[in-house]
Amino acid sequence: MPVIEIENLTKDFLVGFWKKRPVRALDNVSLQVEQGEIFGFLGPNGAGKSTTLKILMHLLHPTSGATRILGDPVDSVGMRRRIGFLPENPYFYDYLTPEELLTYIGRLFGIRQPVLSQKVRTLLETVGLADARSVQLRKFSKGMVQRIGIAQAIINDPEIVFLDEPMSGLDPLGRMEVRRIITALKAAGVTVFFSSHILPDVEALCDRVAILNKGKLQEVGVLEDILKVRIEGHEVILAGWSDETLKTIRRSCEEVRTMGDRLHVRIGSREQMEPVLKYVFEERLELISMNPIRPSLEEYFFQELKR
Amino acid sequence: MTRILVIAKNTFRENVRDKVLYNLILFALIMIFTSLIIGQLSLGNEVKIILDLGLASISIFGMLIAIFLGIGLVYKELDKRTIYVLLAKPVRRHEFILGKYLGLLYTLLVNVAVMTVGLELALLYQGETAWSVFLNLLPAVFMIYLSLALVTALALLFSTFSTPALSALFTFFLWIIGHFGRDLLYFGELSKSVFVNWICAGIYYVIPNLSIFKIMGSRHIIQSLSFYRPMDPSVVAAAFFYCLLYCAVILSLSIAIFLRRDFK
Repeated sequence: MPVIEIENLTKDFLVGFWKKRPVRALDNVSLQVEQGEIFGFLGPNGAGKSTTLKILMHLLHPTSGATRILGDPVDSVGMRRRIGFLPENPYFYDYLTPEELLTYIGRLFGIRQPVLSQKVRTLLETVGLADARSVQLRKFSKGMVQRIGIAQAIINDPEIVFLDEPMSGLDPLGRMEVRRIITALKAAGVTVFFSSHILPDVEALCDRVAILNKGKLQEVGVLEDILKVRIEGHEVILAGWSDETLKTIRRSCEEVRTMGDRLHVRIGSREQMEPVLKYVFEERLELISMNPIRPSLEEYFFQELKR
Repeated sequence: MTRILVIAKNTFRENVRDKVLYNLILFALIMIFTSLIIGQLSLGNEVKIILDLGLASISIFGMLIAIFLGIGLVYKELDKRTIYVLLAKPVRRHEFILGKYLGLLYTLLVNVAVMTVGLELALLYQGETAWSVFLNLLPAVFMIYLSLALVTALALLFSTFSTPALSALFTFFLWIIGHFGRDLLYFGELSKSVFVNWICAGIYYVIPNLSIFKIMGSRHIIQSLSFYRPMDPSVVAAAFFYCLLYCAVILSLSIAIFLRRDFK
């Protein structure tokens, strides 16, 4: 059963001082997110990712279309008890400490003491801020703010977590940390919907992705499927080769490189593959690996955007 | 209701940790204690001078606190985007507005209380020991507090759709015009043109009538002292209900604007 449903969502912003004219930020976007999956929402800056998330959070009113979360309309307060949200570049009250902020948010969910203090303590440990519990937030680094942001998003043990660019502005260690938290959420059965333009993170985490560009949905599906369509060949790595091998293989493949005692062969098509593999088995060469060459999400992304 | 109180409590904490507040209270207290010195110059009218200056200080600095903190109530949350976090929680938009408003009312209550204690101390220092003066000061201060509640509601209304500078300007102008509402009505009545008459009457009924909160000044307090006459509670009650009604209308308007808003 889908837990997030977006149907024909369109959003126009009115711009201009005197003559207001509409600018389309989202154009007829439809997608569904299933329970328990990590769903990546990809697109360059200004693609409409944040707009979609804000409509889902009822911060923006859509021009047309329907959105439902956990079967409820997005303005349902009851539904919002069951979800968590981390906005892009979050900012919290300067004058509060992490402990006070989490207590404040927890109270809005109606969590009572002493459960609340226990929960706040555990959360601060989960996101690695236990030592900074009484430091005012204005003294926090960007990474720390992001982590407290994640903590406030999961204080109510949500069924779905929405994260808007959770990795932006973080150092590699911080990104690793966020990845760990997202993986742990999935293991606990939480659905994670996150937008990002940091592709390696998306590649490492997501079950399915949607690609958005200029307000239009380009593609939705399993990442492997989206990229598999574009397999550009295979790379075969061999060991125990001789000059004779090199000469023979070069007859069917152009791209052959030697790296130390290894031979890297790039096979472009099925016709090229057969003679090479036949030769390898006949001569009893050592086959180290054979991998499909597909574009990274990054390359795919650029190709898509250029089209 | 719980959520409104949770937001109110946090707003109070936000205000208490704001340095502007302390500066304003400090100035108010300095003003009140300066009245002791000015009182010395006024041969025999010390208590009246202290009361006049003291009540004026509470009113003016209270207004400044209400405007400075009031215009920031919503705007700061929008500007720093903390509103995204808050409204994605199980919080209805009207609960947010009401919580913010109540939080500032509570801040103002504490401030006015501090300034009142300062004024009472100044009176005590002057040698004033009549209980009726201390007790009768309370309704006068309560009336000021009501006018501040109204100013806060106005500041909140403007901050839901305008920038802080404009909001402060609008609120400050309304505060000034509000004190002269009745004069505007008389002006209209004096005019021969029906049109001017209507316009003036229209403005009089729309703008807040802050003059009704001024009825209880030093004169009344001192009169009550010399004639042992208790204050007329119906005046306070009328002002209270006027304030309640006016604030309800202004807050409803703020909520209506806030409900339609897109948070980009």
